[in-house]
Amino acid sequence: MIAHKDLVPLGRVGDSPQETFVLNLGPQHPAAHGVLRVLLTMDGEWIQRAEPIIGYIHRMHEKMGENRTWAKFLPNTSRIDYLSAMHYTHAFVGAVERAAKIEVPLRAEYARVITSELNRISSHMVWWGALLLDLGGFTPILYAFDDREKILDLLEALCGARLTYCYYRFGGLYNDVDDAFLKGTRDFVAHLRPRLKMYRDLVTDNIILRKRLTGIGPISADLCRRYGATGPVIRGAGVAYDVRRAEPYSVYPKLDFKIPTYSEADSMARYLVRMDEMEESLHIIEQALDQIPTGPFLGKVPRVLKLPVGDTCYAVEAARGRFMVRIVSDGKEIPYRVKLRTPSFSNLSLYEEASKGMILPDALAMMGSLDLVIPDIDR
Amino acid sequence: MSFLQIEPVRILLYLVGICAFVGANAAYLVLAERKGAGRIQRRPGPNEAGFGGILQPVADGIKLLAKQVMVPPGTDALLFRAAPLMVMAPPLMCLAMIPFSDSIVARHLNVGLLFVFSFGSINVMALMLGGWASRNKFAIISSARVVSQNVAYEIPMLLVVITLLMVTGTMDLNEIIHQQGGGIWHWNLFKVWVNPLMPVTFVIFFICMLAETNRAPFDMAEAESELVAGAFTEYGGMGFGVFFMAEYANIVVGCSLATVLFLGGWQSPIGVLSGGLWGAGWFLLKLYGLIFTVIWIRWTFPRTQFYSLLNLSWKILIPISLFTLLLTGAMMKLPVVYHQFF
Amino acid sequence: MSLLTALRDTYSGFKSLLTGLRITAREASKPSITVQYPHETLKMPERFRGHVKLVLDPVTGKSRCTSCNLCVRACPSDCITVEGIKREGEKKKSVSEYTLDFTTCSLCGSCVEACPSDAIEYSKDYNVVSLHREDFSRMDLVKKLEAEAKVWAEKNPEAAAAAAAASAAAMAAAAAAPAKPAVAPAPASAATPTPTSTPAAAANPVAPVRSPEPKTT
Repeated sequence: MIAHKDLVPLGRVGDSPQETFVLNLGPQHPAAHGVLRVLLTMDGEWIQRAEPIIGYIHRMHEKMGENRTWAKFLPNTSRIDYLSAMHYTHAFVGAVERAAKIEVPLRAEYARVITSELNRISSHMVWWGALLLDLGGFTPILYAFDDREKILDLLEALCGARLTYCYYRFGGLYNDVDDAFLKGTRDFVAHLRPRLKMYRDLVTDNIILRKRLTGIGPISADLCRRYGATGPVIRGAGVAYDVRRAEPYSVYPKLDFKIPTYSEADSMARYLVRMDEMEESLHIIEQALDQIPTGPFLGKVPRVLKLPVGDTCYAVEAARGRFMVRIVSDGKEIPYRVKLRTPSFSNLSLYEEASKGMILPDALAMMGSLDLVIPDIDR
Repeated sequence: MSFLQIEPVRILLYLVGICAFVGANAAYLVLAERKGAGRIQRRPGPNEAGFGGILQPVADGIKLLAKQVMVPPGTDALLFRAAPLMVMAPPLMCLAMIPFSDSIVARHLNVGLLFVFSFGSINVMALMLGGWASRNKFAIISSARVVSQNVAYEIPMLLVVITLLMVTGTMDLNEIIHQQGGGIWHWNLFKVWVNPLMPVTFVIFFICMLAETNRAPFDMAEAESELVAGAFTEYGGMGFGVFFMAEYANIVVGCSLATVLFLGGWQSPIGVLSGGLWGAGWFLLKLYGLIFTVIWIRWTFPRTQFYSLLNLSWKILIPISLFTLLLTGAMMKLPVVYHQFF
Repeated sequence: MSLLTALRDTYSGFKSLLTGLRITAREASKPSITVQYPHETLKMPERFRGHVKLVLDPVTGKSRCTSCNLCVRACPSDCITVEGIKREGEKKKSVSEYTLDFTTCSLCGSCVEACPSDAIEYSKDYNVVSLHREDFSRMDLVKKLEAEAKVWAEKNPEAAAAAAAASAAAMAAAAAAPAKPAVAPAPASAATPTPTSTPAAAANPVAPVRSPEPKTT
């Protein structure tokens, strides 16, 4: 027979009179979406302390940036957050363009906006499906993947890759956006609007989902500020912070879009922010499709790229929040430093403080609402 | 006929029959579940083994049988091995009471309903012991959940059944079915003149049945995104397979009971053609209709949170079922009182 | 009042559940959207980026690669090795060995962009499967090209003959010593292709293309 003491190896934590035990969630756990490990100190089903342990797929992306030329680092940027590869490439390309003062043709900028927003939708769809999977609903992820498949097909036909696009180049694009892509995107926008309504009816309005997310895992704006959480997490806390508005880049200033915010600061608020963002992205794509000019898709770029000595930052609004690249050049062909500020890392940092005193299913629901991508944390 | 009425032959026949029925149902309901999930998710489901995947359960069974049943070190080996048997036995016992038609019933007992409910409750203990014996934290959490969930849902379920018993006045399952003969409007589900809330009681019964069999959206026992596989985390091979089969066997029992109590059992909805094999046909039709609904529900909704699950039972289902109980009592007694005084 | 609210909440919650059931039932009645992969395959789009391969020049029946090594220098992961020889009767160097280490390739396409003579392109072959690591860590693109050239020569005998004649003429013009036999493109077919090195043009051993319909988007 098992004695009760065998199950409670830790004894007491702090001054708590209750007995606790340690639950090792991950690195291989169905809810961890990859190799995130969370060390939970539990009191029954109540979490006393949740300590995320990261670094299982650390790949030294920043160090890799320091030993290859600017152009050779480009494929890496798609692999930091594989779900929103476009944004990450955009940030790096944008940083180099800003440092080297490379002019980007307008057509390329609009194409970047269209592909970025498509990528944002596809990323949010993966999040939506994965969150529902965490909550035990199996069907939504397949509906989401059906629609996401259409985005991936469009982008595949455009740039040849489905996930790690590596589509942007210094000064423009890898290849031109063709009419088939523009038409396909327009069709997709028309297709997705009713589908989003279906998502709303099937899941968002569902009483079970509402009960599981409303009031669960409050993350206040103050907590977000302290840990640097951005993206839908801070917008779900009622702060209208969006890099596309706060530090305008590309042609976003020319486009009209709302920043969805909810002041409830719970998981449902973050959920609704992302659902609204998908609609906003469709709105942005429509405008960009109307405005995209003809012309070259690649600007003039020197054959051997040497950046002037200096320090440049470029931030974009990735699907998970503010992604910033800081590059330091010492005038050589190879960067002196490539710093990647990834949103998932900051969004995870607040998990320990925010999950205190929650019960296990709620804590997992909250983790799902943070939309973590583990390679983005570890990078 | 005389040969079939010899007691040992009869026992053997029904033992084999029920085991075969449970086995075939468990195997093919898994396939039906996967096919149904595929249909809802717009994919074909398993379709490689045999014509359209018809041999998939066989392939799964062979795979599970070929695997070693591991008993992890530190577990309570006896309980660990006994739990799958204990989880499988109650549904087999319960099915012996279910009348498939007016003549096909393994054991005719005048307290059949009581028998079914008392054996149905054992199922919880098996899950709890399995989880406890596994010496796994996820399994322990799951066991605790199973117990409180089942205790919470047994109450509204029994309240609903008591309401029904007041109407029928018997615990004999076949007798309950006989009372519902003569067309769809005689089914207990539609006896609104006895109690206008009869359809509501059916919904409560159905919800409780889902919770008792640990089915989605109440599958707290094996909430795979939280507890890996819940109470079955440490089970592999056929040990896991038996738990899995028992889940489906329990669904069959639960749905049969719902059919018997509310949908007229083997009675035909049109009032004629309910004898003999016709009756068995009607019964199976209703049974699989309910099972299909169970599958449909699973692939539509997310899982409830554990505390809202308990809230649903204590704050919504129990008050409503108590109210229906009172209402039924009042409606039955009021005419008597009326006649006595006026 | 609160009892009324509770009843209304219960009712609306129940209604939302029925809405969900209605939606899944509606979806269930629609046809399946998946592709039964081994039985049917999809056609890759024009710009699909598979592993790189050498381009077969339809005029000469040979590779256009001049082994200038620009692709090697452009590659971020150092996965390309190119060797070239100067063959008899040819002005430029031609490729004799082009090895791709597909295990480290990130399919970024820098090599294709860097190539000045359009000698490499993306393969449309996505069924890259093998039991041997060497088939990926030392992917011999010249061998693949030769296998492709053989198929091409069988399909277009006139073009192949013309190419062979042109190459012979070039050799004669260069007045090379007859003792040294030229390396003809097609005879290299003696090299048996490895199971994975089947060119995309040939029928795929794993997945015979039954209905190569274009993907509906």
